[in-house]
Amino acid sequence: MKLTLYIWRQKNSSTKGSFERFQMDDVSPDMSFLEMLDVLNEKLLVEGKEPVAFDHDCREGICGACSLVINGQAHGPMERTTACQLHMRKFNDGDTIYIEPWRAKAFPVVKDLIVDRSAFDRIIQAGGYISVPTGSAPEANNIPISKDDADLAMDAAACIGCGACVAACPNGSAMLFTAAKVSHLAILPQGAPERHRRVKAMIERMDSEGFGGCTNHGECQKACPKGISIKFISLMNREYIKANLASLARDKGEVTAQ
Amino acid sequence: MGPICEFYKTTVGKKIVAAVTGALLFLFLVAHMVGNLKAFAGIDPATGMYKLDVYARFLREFGHMVLGYSGVLWLTRIGLLVVFVIHVVTVIQLTLRNRAAGGGSYAKNRYLSSTVASRTMAIGGLILLAYVIYHILHFTTGTLHFHGFKHGHVYANAYNAFQVWWVVLIYCVAMVILGLHLYHGLWSLFQTLGLDGPRTNRPLRCLAGVLAVVIALGFMAVPLGFASGILPAPTTQVTTQTALLR
Ligand code: HEM
Ligand code: FES
Repeated sequence: MKLTLYIWRQKNSSTKGSFERFQMDDVSPDMSFLEMLDVLNEKLLVEGKEPVAFDHDCREGICGACSLVINGQAHGPMERTTACQLHMRKFNDGDTIYIEPWRAKAFPVVKDLIVDRSAFDRIIQAGGYISVPTGSAPEANNIPISKDDADLAMDAAACIGCGACVAACPNGSAMLFTAAKVSHLAILPQGAPERHRRVKAMIERMDSEGFGGCTNHGECQKACPKGISIKFISLMNREYIKANLASLARDKGEVTAQ
Repeated sequence: MGPICEFYKTTVGKKIVAAVTGALLFLFLVAHMVGNLKAFAGIDPATGMYKLDVYARFLREFGHMVLGYSGVLWLTRIGLLVVFVIHVVTVIQLTLRNRAAGGGSYAKNRYLSSTVASRTMAIGGLILLAYVIYHILHFTTGTLHFHGFKHGHVYANAYNAFQVWWVVLIYCVAMVILGLHLYHGLWSLFQTLGLDGPRTNRPLRCLAGVLAVVIALGFMAVPLGFASGILPAPTTQVTTQTALLR
Protein backbone atom coordinates (compact mmCIF):
# COMPACT_ATOMS: atom_id res chain seq x y z
CA MET A 1 0.00 0.00 0.00
CA LYS A 2 1.06 3.57 -0.67
CA LEU A 3 0.05 6.12 1.94
CA THR A 4 0.50 9.84 2.51
CA LEU A 5 0.84 10.68 6.19
CA TYR A 6 0.46 14.09 7.79
CA ILE A 7 1.92 13.74 11.27
CA TRP A 8 1.84 16.37 14.01
CA ARG A 9 5.38 17.39 15.00
CA GLN A 10 5.95 19.45 18.13
CA LYS A 11 9.21 19.84 20.05
CA ASN A 12 7.63 20.36 23.50
CA SER A 13 4.69 21.90 25.29
CA SER A 14 5.99 25.44 24.95
CA THR A 15 6.56 25.43 21.19
CA LYS A 16 3.99 25.50 18.43
CA GLY A 17 3.58 22.37 16.37
CA SER A 18 2.71 21.73 12.74
CA PHE A 19 2.06 18.87 10.35
CA GLU A 20 4.90 17.15 8.52
CA ARG A 21 4.21 15.17 5.37
CA PHE A 22 5.61 11.65 4.93
CA GLN A 23 5.29 9.36 1.94
CA MET A 24 5.03 5.62 2.71
CA ASP A 25 5.51 3.38 -0.30
CA ASP A 26 5.51 -0.14 1.03
CA VAL A 27 2.95 -0.62 3.78
CA SER A 28 1.65 -4.15 4.36
CA PRO A 29 -2.09 -4.40 5.08
CA ASP A 30 -1.19 -6.88 7.86
CA MET A 31 0.74 -4.30 9.84
CA SER A 32 -0.82 -2.72 12.85
CA PHE A 33 -1.03 1.06 12.84
CA LEU A 34 1.83 1.33 15.33
CA GLU A 35 4.01 -1.08 13.30
CA MET A 36 3.49 1.19 10.34
CA LEU A 37 4.83 4.07 12.48
CA ASP A 38 7.76 1.83 13.59
CA VAL A 39 8.67 1.30 9.93
CA LEU A 40 8.53 5.05 9.34
CA ASN A 41 10.73 5.69 12.39
CA GLU A 42 13.35 3.13 11.28
CA LYS A 43 13.53 4.90 7.96
CA LEU A 44 13.88 8.26 9.67
CA LEU A 45 16.67 6.92 11.94
CA VAL A 46 18.60 5.57 8.95
CA GLU A 47 18.26 8.96 7.27
CA GLY A 48 19.60 10.58 10.47
CA LYS A 49 16.31 12.38 11.16
CA GLU A 50 14.36 12.71 14.38
CA PRO A 51 11.87 9.81 14.73
CA VAL A 52 8.20 10.51 15.47
CA ALA A 53 7.48 10.25 19.21
CA PHE A 54 4.33 8.32 20.10
CA ASP A 55 3.04 6.55 23.22
CA HIS A 56 2.57 2.79 23.37
CA ASP A 57 3.11 -0.11 25.73
CA CYS A 58 1.08 -3.32 25.64
CA ARG A 59 0.03 -3.13 21.99
CA GLU A 60 -2.85 -5.43 22.83
CA GLY A 61 -5.53 -2.92 23.72
CA ILE A 62 -5.39 -3.17 27.51
CA CYS A 63 -2.95 -0.62 28.88
CA GLY A 64 -4.36 2.59 27.46
CA ALA A 65 -0.96 4.03 26.50
CA CYS A 66 -1.50 4.48 22.76
CA SER A 67 -3.16 7.76 22.03
CA LEU A 68 -3.46 8.82 18.40
CA VAL A 69 -6.15 10.87 16.73
CA ILE A 70 -6.37 9.34 13.28
CA ASN A 71 -8.27 11.32 10.66
CA GLY A 72 -10.06 13.29 13.37
CA GLN A 73 -11.10 10.25 15.39
CA ALA A 74 -9.54 9.21 18.66
CA HIS A 75 -8.00 5.73 18.11
CA GLY A 76 -9.03 5.88 14.45
CA PRO A 77 -12.01 4.72 12.44
CA MET A 78 -12.70 1.35 14.08
CA GLU A 79 -15.24 1.27 16.87
CA ARG A 80 -14.19 -0.16 20.24
CA THR A 81 -10.59 -0.50 19.09
CA THR A 82 -7.41 1.11 20.39
CA ALA A 83 -4.94 2.53 17.89
CA CYS A 84 -2.55 -0.35 18.62
CA GLN A 85 -5.22 -2.89 17.63
CA LEU A 86 -6.08 -1.07 14.42
CA HIS A 87 -4.69 -2.66 11.28
CA MET A 88 -3.67 -1.12 7.99
CA ARG A 89 -6.18 -3.27 6.11
CA LYS A 90 -8.78 -0.80 7.39
CA PHE A 91 -7.24 1.75 5.01
CA ASN A 92 -7.05 1.84 1.22
CA ASP A 93 -4.08 2.12 -1.09
CA GLY A 94 -3.42 5.82 -1.80
CA ASP A 95 -5.13 7.09 1.36
CA THR A 96 -4.07 10.28 3.10
CA ILE A 97 -3.98 9.91 6.89
CA TYR A 98 -3.79 12.72 9.45
CA ILE A 99 -2.23 11.70 12.78
CA GLU A 100 -2.52 14.05 15.74
CA PRO A 101 -2.10 13.95 19.52
CA TRP A 102 -5.03 14.14 21.97
CA ARG A 103 -5.99 17.81 22.05
CA ALA A 104 -7.18 19.21 25.40
CA LYS A 105 -5.91 21.94 27.69
CA ALA A 106 -5.45 19.46 30.53
CA PHE A 107 -3.30 17.18 28.32
CA PRO A 108 -0.27 19.27 27.27
CA VAL A 109 1.82 17.87 24.43
CA VAL A 110 5.12 16.43 25.64
CA LYS A 111 6.50 15.81 22.18
CA ASP A 112 4.94 15.10 18.77
CA LEU A 113 2.09 12.67 19.46
CA ILE A 114 2.76 12.16 23.18
CA VAL A 115 0.65 14.05 25.71
CA ASP A 116 0.94 14.29 29.48
CA ARG A 117 -2.02 12.44 30.99
CA SER A 118 -0.91 12.62 34.62
CA ALA A 119 -4.05 14.69 35.35
CA PHE A 120 -5.90 11.35 35.23
CA ASP A 121 -3.61 9.92 37.91
CA ARG A 122 -4.34 12.89 40.14
CA ILE A 123 -8.10 12.38 39.73
CA ILE A 124 -7.64 8.76 40.84
CA GLN A 125 -5.47 9.90 43.74
CA ALA A 126 -8.16 12.35 44.85
CA GLY A 127 -10.54 9.39 45.13
CA GLY A 128 -8.49 8.18 48.10
CA TYR A 129 -8.72 4.86 49.84
CA ILE A 130 -11.55 2.39 50.28
CA SER A 131 -11.91 0.64 53.63
CA VAL A 132 -11.28 -3.06 53.08
CA PRO A 133 -9.43 -5.46 55.35
CA THR A 134 -5.88 -6.03 54.10
CA GLY A 135 -3.82 -9.13 54.62
CA SER A 136 -4.50 -12.44 52.96
CA ALA A 137 -6.96 -12.55 50.07
CA PRO A 138 -10.55 -12.55 51.36
CA GLU A 139 -12.94 -15.42 50.70
CA ALA A 140 -14.57 -14.58 47.35
CA ASN A 141 -18.14 -14.97 48.54
CA ASN A 142 -17.80 -13.17 51.87
CA ILE A 143 -19.63 -10.12 50.59
CA PRO A 144 -22.63 -11.08 48.45
CA ILE A 145 -22.97 -8.91 45.33
CA SER A 146 -25.81 -9.37 42.86
CA LYS A 147 -24.87 -10.48 39.36
CA ASP A 148 -26.41 -7.31 37.88
CA ASP A 149 -24.31 -5.08 40.11
CA ALA A 150 -21.16 -7.09 39.47
CA ASP A 151 -21.71 -6.84 35.70
CA LEU A 152 -22.43 -3.12 35.83
CA ALA A 153 -19.37 -2.44 37.98
CA MET A 154 -17.29 -4.49 35.53
CA ASP A 155 -18.60 -2.46 32.57
CA ALA A 156 -17.39 0.71 34.32
CA ALA A 157 -14.11 -0.88 35.39
CA ALA A 158 -13.34 -1.74 31.75
CA CYS A 159 -11.97 1.82 31.41
CA ILE A 160 -8.27 1.68 30.53
CA GLY A 161 -7.73 5.40 31.17
CA CYS A 162 -6.45 6.16 27.68
CA GLY A 163 -8.07 9.60 27.51
CA ALA A 164 -9.84 9.12 24.16
CA CYS A 165 -13.00 10.51 25.80
CA VAL A 166 -11.23 13.78 26.56
CA ALA A 167 -9.70 13.89 23.08
CA ALA A 168 -13.09 13.40 21.40
CA CYS A 169 -15.00 15.85 23.60
CA PRO A 170 -15.45 19.33 22.12
CA ASN A 171 -15.24 20.63 25.73
CA GLY A 172 -12.10 18.69 26.64
CA SER A 173 -14.13 17.10 29.43
CA ALA A 174 -12.99 14.11 31.48
CA MET A 175 -16.50 13.23 32.61
CA LEU A 176 -16.58 9.75 31.07
CA PHE A 177 -13.26 8.76 32.64
CA THR A 178 -14.13 10.19 36.06
CA ALA A 179 -17.64 8.74 35.88
CA ALA A 180 -16.32 5.26 35.07
CA LYS A 181 -13.92 5.41 38.01
CA VAL A 182 -16.53 6.81 40.42
CA SER A 183 -19.18 4.35 39.23
CA HIS A 184 -17.31 1.09 39.53
CA LEU A 185 -16.77 1.76 43.22
CA ALA A 186 -20.19 3.33 43.82
CA ILE A 187 -21.94 0.20 42.56
CA LEU A 188 -20.04 -2.15 44.89
CA PRO A 189 -20.35 -2.46 48.68
CA GLN A 190 -16.57 -2.11 49.10
CA GLY A 191 -15.78 1.55 49.54
CA ALA A 192 -19.35 2.48 50.42
CA PRO A 193 -18.36 4.37 53.62
CA GLU A 194 -16.27 6.81 51.57
CA ARG A 195 -18.62 7.14 48.61
CA HIS A 196 -19.83 10.72 49.26
CA ARG A 197 -16.39 12.08 50.01
CA ARG A 198 -14.98 10.26 46.98
CA VAL A 199 -17.36 11.56 44.31
CA LYS A 200 -16.97 15.15 45.50
CA ALA A 201 -13.19 14.98 45.70
CA MET A 202 -12.80 13.38 42.27
CA ILE A 203 -15.11 15.91 40.58
CA GLU A 204 -13.34 18.82 42.27
CA ARG A 205 -9.98 17.44 41.14
CA MET A 206 -11.27 16.93 37.60
CA ASP A 207 -12.32 20.58 37.47
CA SER A 208 -9.13 21.93 38.95
CA GLU A 209 -7.05 20.02 36.39
CA GLY A 210 -8.64 22.22 33.71
CA PHE A 211 -10.99 19.72 32.09
CA GLY A 212 -14.25 21.14 30.75
CA GLY A 213 -17.80 20.25 31.71
CA CYS A 214 -20.21 17.85 30.08
CA THR A 215 -22.79 19.13 27.59
CA ASN A 216 -24.03 15.66 26.68
CA HIS A 217 -22.76 15.55 23.10
CA GLY A 218 -22.01 11.85 23.59
CA GLU A 219 -18.81 11.95 21.48
CA CYS A 220 -16.86 10.29 24.34
CA GLN A 221 -18.81 7.03 24.34
CA LYS A 222 -18.36 6.71 20.56
CA ALA A 223 -14.61 7.22 20.86
CA CYS A 224 -14.14 4.94 23.87
CA PRO A 225 -12.23 1.79 22.85
CA LYS A 226 -14.00 -0.07 25.64
CA GLY A 227 -17.48 1.18 24.75
CA ILE A 228 -18.08 2.78 28.16
CA SER A 229 -21.60 4.24 28.22
CA ILE A 230 -22.53 7.79 29.21
CA LYS A 231 -24.98 6.02 31.51
CA PHE A 232 -22.09 6.18 33.98
CA ILE A 233 -22.00 9.98 33.66
CA SER A 234 -25.66 9.95 34.59
CA LEU A 235 -24.84 7.64 37.48
CA MET A 236 -22.03 9.91 38.71
CA ASN A 237 -24.32 12.96 38.49
CA ARG A 238 -26.83 11.14 40.66
CA GLU A 239 -24.09 10.10 43.07
CA TYR A 240 -22.97 13.74 43.25
CA ILE A 241 -26.51 14.98 43.97
CA LYS A 242 -26.89 12.36 46.72
CA ALA A 243 -23.54 13.28 48.26
CA ASN A 244 -24.51 16.95 48.41
CA LEU A 245 -27.94 16.25 49.87
CA ALA A 246 -26.31 14.03 52.46
CA SER A 247 -23.83 16.71 53.49
CA LEU A 248 -26.67 19.25 53.81
CA ALA A 249 -28.53 16.89 56.11
CA ARG A 250 -25.50 15.88 58.18
CA ASP A 251 -25.12 17.34 61.66
CA LYS A 252 -21.97 19.34 62.21
CA GLY A 253 -20.05 19.19 65.49
CA GLU A 254 -21.42 17.78 68.71
CA VAL A 255 -25.05 16.71 68.60
CA THR A 256 -26.89 18.07 71.65
CA ALA A 257 -30.30 17.25 73.13
CA GLN A 258 -33.04 19.09 71.27
CA MET B 1 -17.30 27.95 52.04
CA GLY B 2 -20.90 26.83 52.36
CA PRO B 3 -22.05 23.55 50.84
CA ILE B 4 -24.10 25.40 48.20
CA CYS B 5 -21.09 27.43 47.03
CA GLU B 6 -19.01 24.28 46.96
CA PHE B 7 -21.67 22.59 44.85
CA TYR B 8 -22.07 25.53 42.45
CA LYS B 9 -18.30 25.84 42.00
CA THR B 10 -18.02 22.49 40.18
CA THR B 11 -18.96 21.91 36.54
CA VAL B 12 -21.32 19.12 37.60
CA GLY B 13 -23.06 21.33 40.16
CA LYS B 14 -23.45 24.14 37.63
CA LYS B 15 -24.80 21.71 35.09
CA ILE B 16 -27.41 20.51 37.57
CA VAL B 17 -28.41 24.13 38.23
CA ALA B 18 -28.75 24.64 34.44
CA ALA B 19 -30.92 21.53 34.20
CA VAL B 20 -33.27 22.50 37.05
CA THR B 21 -33.66 26.11 35.86
CA GLY B 22 -34.09 24.86 32.27
CA ALA B 23 -36.87 22.52 33.39
CA LEU B 24 -38.62 25.39 35.22
CA LEU B 25 -38.34 27.60 32.13
CA PHE B 26 -39.83 24.80 30.08
CA LEU B 27 -42.84 24.57 32.44
CA PHE B 28 -43.34 28.31 32.00
CA LEU B 29 -43.22 27.89 28.23
CA VAL B 30 -45.99 25.28 28.32
CA ALA B 31 -48.27 27.58 30.31
CA HIS B 32 -47.39 30.57 28.11
CA MET B 33 -48.11 28.64 24.93
CA VAL B 34 -51.50 27.43 26.16
CA GLY B 35 -52.36 31.02 27.11
CA ASN B 36 -51.35 32.30 23.65
CA LEU B 37 -53.51 29.74 21.91
CA LYS B 38 -56.53 31.49 23.42
CA ALA B 39 -56.12 33.84 20.44
CA PHE B 40 -57.98 31.13 18.51
CA ALA B 41 -60.85 31.04 21.06
CA GLY B 42 -62.60 34.09 19.58
CA ILE B 43 -64.92 36.42 21.51
CA ASP B 44 -66.27 35.74 25.00
CA PRO B 45 -70.08 36.11 24.78
CA ALA B 46 -70.40 37.13 28.44
CA THR B 47 -68.19 40.23 28.26
CA GLY B 48 -68.02 40.77 24.50
CA MET B 49 -64.23 40.81 24.76
CA TYR B 50 -61.66 38.66 23.04
CA LYS B 51 -60.95 35.57 25.15
CA LEU B 52 -57.24 36.43 24.83
CA ASP B 53 -57.86 39.82 26.43
CA VAL B 54 -60.00 38.28 29.14
CA TYR B 55 -57.15 35.90 29.92
CA ALA B 56 -54.68 38.77 30.12
CA ARG B 57 -56.97 40.51 32.61
CA PHE B 58 -57.34 37.31 34.58
CA LEU B 59 -53.57 37.13 34.97
CA ARG B 60 -53.60 40.64 36.46
CA GLU B 61 -56.64 40.15 38.66
CA PHE B 62 -55.73 36.69 39.93
CA GLY B 63 -55.30 36.83 43.71
CA HIS B 64 -55.94 40.60 43.87
CA MET B 65 -57.75 40.16 47.21
CA VAL B 66 -54.46 39.08 48.73
CA LEU B 67 -51.72 40.80 46.76
CA GLY B 68 -53.58 43.55 44.92
CA TYR B 69 -53.99 44.15 41.18
CA SER B 70 -51.14 42.49 39.24
CA GLY B 71 -49.60 41.30 42.53
CA VAL B 72 -49.42 37.63 41.63
CA LEU B 73 -48.34 38.54 38.10
CA TRP B 74 -45.41 40.57 39.38
CA LEU B 75 -44.41 37.86 41.82
CA THR B 76 -44.38 35.36 38.98
CA ARG B 77 -42.43 37.75 36.76
CA ILE B 78 -39.78 38.25 39.45
CA GLY B 79 -39.55 34.50 40.02
CA LEU B 80 -39.18 33.87 36.30
CA LEU B 81 -36.57 36.57 35.95
CA VAL B 82 -34.52 35.07 38.77
CA VAL B 83 -34.71 31.59 37.23
CA PHE B 84 -33.87 32.95 33.78
CA VAL B 85 -30.89 34.95 35.03
CA ILE B 86 -29.55 31.94 36.97
CA HIS B 87 -29.88 29.76 33.85
CA VAL B 88 -28.14 32.28 31.61
CA VAL B 89 -25.32 33.15 34.03
CA THR B 90 -24.66 29.49 34.82
CA VAL B 91 -24.52 28.34 31.21
CA ILE B 92 -22.36 31.28 30.16
CA GLN B 93 -19.86 30.40 32.91
CA LEU B 94 -19.93 26.76 31.82
CA THR B 95 -19.57 27.60 28.14
CA LEU B 96 -16.55 29.84 28.76
CA ARG B 97 -14.93 27.09 30.83
CA ASN B 98 -15.63 24.48 28.18
CA ARG B 99 -14.23 26.68 25.40
CA ALA B 100 -11.03 27.16 27.40
CA ALA B 101 -10.68 23.43 28.15
CA GLY B 102 -10.94 22.14 24.59
CA GLY B 103 -7.65 21.81 22.76
CA GLY B 104 -8.80 23.28 19.45
CA SER B 105 -10.07 21.33 16.50
CA TYR B 106 -8.45 18.49 14.61
CA ALA B 107 -7.35 18.68 10.97
CA LYS B 108 -10.38 16.63 10.05
CA ASN B 109 -13.13 17.10 12.61
CA ARG B 110 -15.58 14.27 12.60
CA TYR B 111 -18.66 14.23 14.81
CA LEU B 112 -20.04 10.80 15.62
CA SER B 113 -22.94 11.53 17.92
CA SER B 114 -23.36 15.22 18.71
CA THR B 115 -26.21 16.99 16.93
CA VAL B 116 -26.73 20.43 15.42
CA ALA B 117 -28.90 21.08 18.48
CA SER B 118 -26.21 20.08 20.98
CA ARG B 119 -23.52 22.11 19.22
CA THR B 120 -25.66 25.27 19.05
CA MET B 121 -26.84 25.40 22.67
CA ALA B 122 -24.70 28.44 23.50
CA ILE B 123 -25.16 30.49 20.33
CA GLY B 124 -28.83 29.50 20.07
CA GLY B 125 -29.27 30.38 23.74
CA LEU B 126 -27.75 33.83 23.19
CA ILE B 127 -30.14 34.42 20.28
CA LEU B 128 -33.01 33.36 22.56
CA LEU B 129 -31.80 35.85 25.17
CA ALA B 130 -31.90 38.64 22.57
CA TYR B 131 -35.30 37.42 21.45
CA VAL B 132 -36.74 37.41 24.97
CA ILE B 133 -35.60 41.02 25.49
CA TYR B 134 -37.11 42.03 22.13
CA HIS B 135 -40.32 40.15 22.89
CA ILE B 136 -40.84 41.93 26.24
CA LEU B 137 -40.14 45.35 24.70
CA HIS B 138 -42.52 44.39 21.90
CA PHE B 139 -45.66 43.06 23.58
CA THR B 140 -45.28 43.83 27.29
CA THR B 141 -44.01 47.41 27.30
CA GLY B 142 -44.86 48.22 23.68
CA THR B 143 -41.57 50.09 23.25
CA LEU B 144 -40.68 48.26 20.03
CA HIS B 145 -44.27 47.88 18.81
CA PHE B 146 -44.50 50.38 15.95
CA HIS B 147 -47.94 49.50 14.62
CA GLY B 148 -50.51 50.87 17.03
CA PHE B 149 -49.88 49.48 20.54
CA LYS B 150 -52.52 49.92 23.26
CA HIS B 151 -52.05 48.44 26.77
CA GLY B 152 -54.56 45.69 27.53
CA HIS B 153 -55.63 45.15 23.91
CA VAL B 154 -53.70 41.95 23.53
CA TYR B 155 -55.60 40.59 20.53
CA ALA B 156 -55.45 43.88 18.61
CA ASN B 157 -51.76 44.38 19.43
CA ALA B 158 -50.91 40.92 18.18
CA TYR B 159 -53.03 41.37 15.06
CA ASN B 160 -51.35 44.67 14.19
CA ALA B 161 -47.85 43.34 14.88
CA PHE B 162 -48.22 40.25 12.76
CA GLN B 163 -49.44 42.11 9.68
CA VAL B 164 -45.77 43.04 9.24
CA TRP B 165 -43.78 40.33 7.49
CA TRP B 166 -40.48 40.84 9.30
CA VAL B 167 -42.13 40.65 12.72
CA VAL B 168 -43.65 37.30 11.74
CA LEU B 169 -40.23 36.19 10.48
CA ILE B 170 -38.47 37.15 13.74
CA TYR B 171 -41.00 35.18 15.76
CA CYS B 172 -40.88 32.10 13.54
CA VAL B 173 -37.06 32.00 13.38
CA ALA B 174 -36.87 32.42 17.17
CA MET B 175 -39.26 29.49 17.63
CA VAL B 176 -37.17 27.22 15.38
CA ILE B 177 -34.14 28.09 17.50
CA LEU B 178 -36.16 27.47 20.67
CA GLY B 179 -37.23 24.09 19.29
CA LEU B 180 -33.59 23.12 18.67
CA HIS B 181 -32.61 24.29 22.17
CA LEU B 182 -35.37 22.21 23.70
CA TYR B 183 -34.64 19.15 21.57
CA HIS B 184 -31.22 18.85 23.17
CA GLY B 185 -32.09 20.43 26.52
CA LEU B 186 -35.13 18.36 27.39
CA TRP B 187 -33.24 15.11 26.96
CA SER B 188 -30.01 16.48 28.38
CA LEU B 189 -31.63 17.48 31.65
CA PHE B 190 -32.53 13.86 32.44
CA GLN B 191 -28.93 12.82 31.79
CA THR B 192 -27.67 15.69 33.95
CA LEU B 193 -29.99 14.83 36.83
CA GLY B 194 -28.91 11.20 36.68
CA LEU B 195 -32.27 9.90 35.49
CA ASP B 196 -31.26 8.53 32.06
CA GLY B 197 -29.84 5.14 31.10
CA PRO B 198 -29.64 2.91 28.01
CA ARG B 199 -33.23 1.71 28.44
CA THR B 200 -34.78 5.15 28.93
CA ASN B 201 -32.56 6.92 26.38
CA ARG B 202 -34.58 6.33 23.23
CA PRO B 203 -38.00 7.13 24.74
CA LEU B 204 -36.59 10.26 26.42
CA ARG B 205 -34.99 11.52 23.20
CA CYS B 206 -38.25 10.91 21.34
CA LEU B 207 -40.19 12.72 24.06
CA ALA B 208 -37.79 15.68 23.85
CA GLY B 209 -38.27 15.78 20.07
CA VAL B 210 -42.06 15.68 20.30
CA LEU B 211 -42.19 18.35 23.02
CA ALA B 212 -39.77 20.58 21.10
CA VAL B 213 -41.92 20.37 17.94
CA VAL B 214 -45.18 20.90 19.88
CA ILE B 215 -43.78 23.97 21.68
CA ALA B 216 -42.26 25.49 18.53
CA LEU B 217 -45.37 24.93 16.39
CA GLY B 218 -47.72 25.92 19.23
CA PHE B 219 -46.01 29.30 19.55
CA MET B 220 -45.72 29.77 15.79
CA ALA B 221 -49.43 29.14 15.28
CA VAL B 222 -50.37 32.58 16.61
CA PRO B 223 -48.16 34.79 14.37
CA LEU B 224 -48.93 32.56 11.38
CA GLY B 225 -52.65 32.65 12.24
CA PHE B 226 -52.68 36.44 12.22
CA ALA B 227 -50.47 36.74 9.14
CA SER B 228 -52.52 34.30 7.09
CA GLY B 229 -55.87 35.85 7.99
CA ILE B 230 -57.17 32.78 9.84
CA LEU B 231 -57.41 35.07 12.87
CA PRO B 232 -59.58 38.04 11.74
CA ALA B 233 -58.89 41.74 12.28
CA PRO B 234 -60.27 43.03 15.61
CA THR B 235 -63.66 44.70 15.29
CA THR B 236 -63.78 48.27 16.60
CA GLN B 237 -66.80 47.43 18.76
CA VAL B 238 -64.96 44.74 20.68
CA THR B 239 -61.90 46.91 21.04
CA THR B 240 -63.78 49.79 22.64
CA GLN B 241 -65.52 47.37 24.96
CA THR B 242 -62.16 46.06 26.13
CA ALA B 243 -61.10 49.62 26.80
CA LEU B 244 -64.26 50.38 28.79
CA LEU B 245 -63.87 47.30 30.94
CA ARG B 246 -60.28 48.03 31.89
C1 HEM C 1 -36.41 30.29 26.67
C2 HEM C 1 -36.22 29.64 27.69
C3 HEM C 1 -35.17 28.56 27.87
C4 HEM C 1 -35.44 27.27 28.16
C5 HEM C 1 -36.80 26.64 28.31
C6 HEM C 1 -34.18 26.58 28.28
C7 HEM C 1 -34.05 25.24 28.58
C8 HEM C 1 -32.87 24.59 28.71
C9 HEM C 1 -32.72 23.22 29.14
C10 HEM C 1 -33.86 22.28 29.51
C11 HEM C 1 -31.39 22.93 29.13
C12 HEM C 1 -30.76 21.60 29.48
C13 HEM C 1 -29.93 21.61 30.72
C14 HEM C 1 -29.10 20.35 30.74
O1 HEM C 1 -28.37 20.12 29.81
O2 HEM C 1 -29.21 19.59 31.68
C15 HEM C 1 -30.70 24.10 28.67
C16 HEM C 1 -29.34 24.17 28.50
C17 HEM C 1 -28.69 25.30 28.03
N1 HEM C 1 -29.24 26.56 27.86
FE1 HEM C 1 -31.19 27.02 27.97
N2 HEM C 1 -33.15 27.46 28.07
C18 HEM C 1 -33.71 28.70 27.81
C19 HEM C 1 -33.04 29.87 27.55
C20 HEM C 1 -31.67 29.96 27.39
C21 HEM C 1 -30.95 31.18 27.13
C22 HEM C 1 -31.57 32.57 27.00
C23 HEM C 1 -29.65 30.84 27.02
C24 HEM C 1 -28.42 31.69 26.74
C25 HEM C 1 -28.02 32.75 27.11
C26 HEM C 1 -29.53 29.43 27.20
C27 HEM C 1 -28.36 28.72 27.10
C28 HEM C 1 -28.24 27.38 27.38
C29 HEM C 1 -27.02 26.63 27.22
C30 HEM C 1 -25.68 27.16 26.71
C31 HEM C 1 -27.31 25.33 27.64
C32 HEM C 1 -26.36 24.16 27.64
C33 HEM C 1 -25.81 23.91 28.97
C34 HEM C 1 -25.00 22.68 28.84
O3 HEM C 1 -25.38 21.80 28.06
O4 HEM C 1 -24.01 22.59 29.54
N3 HEM C 1 -30.78 28.92 27.43
N4 HEM C 1 -31.61 25.10 28.44
S1 FES D 1 -0.60 0.20 23.55
FE1 FES D 1 -1.70 -0.60 25.25
S2 FES D 1 -3.71 -0.15 24.67
FE2 FES D 1 -2.66 0.44 22.88
